[in-house]
Amino acid sequence: MRIVRKHHRVLVQGITGKQGTFWTERMQEYGTTIMGGVNPKKAGTEHCGVPVYASAAEAMKDGEGFDASILFIPPLGVMDAAMDAIEAGARGICILTEHIPVQDVMYFMAAAKEHGTMITGPNTAGSVTVDECFLGFMPAFNERIFKKGNVGVMSRSGSLGTLMCQNIVSAGYGQSAFVGIGGDPVIGTTTKDALEALDNFEGTDAVVMVGEIGGSMEEEAAEYAATMDKPVFAFIAGGAAPAGKKMGHAGAIVMGDKGTYKSKRDALEDAGVTVLDTPSHVGDGLKAALGK
Amino acid sequence: MNFEEYASKPVLALSGIAVPKGILANDPEAAAKAAAELGGVVIKAQVPVGKRGKAGGIQLADTPEEARAHAEKIIGMEIGGLTVEKVLVEERSNIAREFYAAVLNDPASKGPAVMFSTEGGMDIEEIAVETPENLNKAEVDIRVGFSLEQAKALVTGLELDGKNDDVAEVLVKLYDAYRTNDAELLEINPLILTDEGNVVALDCKFSMDDSAIKRQPELATKGTPEKVTAIEARGEASNIKYIELDGNVAVLANGAGLTMTTMDVVRHHGGQPADFCEIGGEAYTKGKVALEMVLEKPGVKSLVVNFCGAFARCDVMMDGLLSAWEELKPDLPVFFSIAGTGDVEAIKMLKERLDMDPYPNMDAASQAAVEAANQGAGS
Repeated sequence: MRIVRKHHRVLVQGITGKQGTFWTERMQEYGTTIMGGVNPKKAGTEHCGVPVYASAAEAMKDGEGFDASILFIPPLGVMDAAMDAIEAGARGICILTEHIPVQDVMYFMAAAKEHGTMITGPNTAGSVTVDECFLGFMPAFNERIFKKGNVGVMSRSGSLGTLMCQNIVSAGYGQSAFVGIGGDPVIGTTTKDALEALDNFEGTDAVVMVGEIGGSMEEEAAEYAATMDKPVFAFIAGGAAPAGKKMGHAGAIVMGDKGTYKSKRDALEDAGVTVLDTPSHVGDGLKAALGK
Repeated sequence: MNFEEYASKPVLALSGIAVPKGILANDPEAAAKAAAELGGVVIKAQVPVGKRGKAGGIQLADTPEEARAHAEKIIGMEIGGLTVEKVLVEERSNIAREFYAAVLNDPASKGPAVMFSTEGGMDIEEIAVETPENLNKAEVDIRVGFSLEQAKALVTGLELDGKNDDVAEVLVKLYDAYRTNDAELLEINPLILTDEGNVVALDCKFSMDDSAIKRQPELATKGTPEKVTAIEARGEASNIKYIELDGNVAVLANGAGLTMTTMDVVRHHGGQPADFCEIGGEAYTKGKVALEMVLEKPGVKSLVVNFCGAFARCDVMMDGLLSAWEELKPDLPVFFSIAGTGDVEAIKMLKERLDMDPYPNMDAASQAAVEAANQGAGS
């Protein structure tokens, strides 16, 4: 479940904090089914109109339990919270937190794989199923950014994904769903996973993918894009970035020459993807592919 | 965070991996003294970059006098843009074979990977590209760890002068050091086999996960902070990501992806970005400090501000920015693009306090900023 639906029951771990409270209210207003929250110190109380549990395991035992969990948890607490949700049987977990130690991420990623839990993030802004529900801190409720339509959007960056969505709406189109995958080096839902989920999502006629320099996810996604019938558009951020700043040595070892702007652009273009020079060009691209 | 060789090797030694005896020297006199104590030595420039040997930063010395002379040349030398301030004086090893060993975070398998190659001493990127068949890799389930059996399996069939089990033991210790120290990369290159039959780590590269600094406070004090400019240092202190660049169009935006893209779009329209200044995430309330930093850089001719609110609210960012603008009253053309959470309030604020309207999109704002910078540069 990489794209959350209205009928999915969502647990908010860290619901009582400032951000947890603010965004739980926004998600509820938009239509997300929030079944409860977690805060061990406030178990048994109510917050945002839903019960607060001591743990995800407790939440799962109550009635129908939950399908997906979203975490508003500080970096060093994420591993325990994620393990709690995974072992409780969560089908999906959305992790917004930035700056989680990577070895912690790898730990719960291995557990998630074993339990069949799909992780989105870390360091994602969330996902939006337009006119239905959303997870995270996305401005789903801003109608100049999200409008029901037939374009699926995925992005590593939350702010840039938001900008792309706004450009799509101002060009007269709308989105079926938005999947933010996050900017960390080790993440659960990859560019390829998101592309595949959007390709298979009902009412999606074209996909826009927003990538960044570094790693090899865009190159892997290109292999999937080559098999798609729907038109795919891509923008890759960082063409003007100075080399070697945070590109990391580790990635270079495993992947050889993958990771540069040119490598990504070439791989995508070879796969038949239209690569946009700037995000503002998305409207023209959609017009050519979908008509209006 | 990168660790220089002299700070990396103790990490290996603490996990039981043999390293040559060495003494850190800050001046030629100390180098001579260290050589007197150790005998035949190698003088190694301490900078956290590769290719030290090619740059002349690694020299052999048989006597304290030679050690002093080499240290005099090496200290103050520029390697990879960094000035050498100290040298490691190390006892010389008798090298029979050179291998490569590393443990690193592998995004592809989403877990640690242990790497080993019989082709040590050379650039690992070259091995990965030119002879990938010589690079042996084991993916590890971090919950279980890396066992001696797995290590032995990794080097099975390799011709290591009969020292396969010793090498396997080093790999297990290397993995332990990687885990204990929150490494993102812990590399021994070369891992040598000496004439005496010992397996020794001759050089070491250690890069620690920046996100783990909070739980490794003591270890982090031994790392080498990235070399930064005065403005970049101010950014670090204020928790704002600022990278100084060569151009004259200042960029201020929220979120790494959006800030990078604003730079791309400035360049696309024929301009050169002066900086990467990002106030996304938890730093989004710091519009004031961010503007001060942007203005501090000499030669800036125009500014493009690109806000697209998701978690970061445009109105909060704008309020901080406008307060700073009113206080500093900079004589700098500025161009805004505003969208997302809090955009309506931010646009209203901009009209009321600066009597300005935003551009319809980032392309238009960036293009106008580039034109203004070109005019300003010509005048």
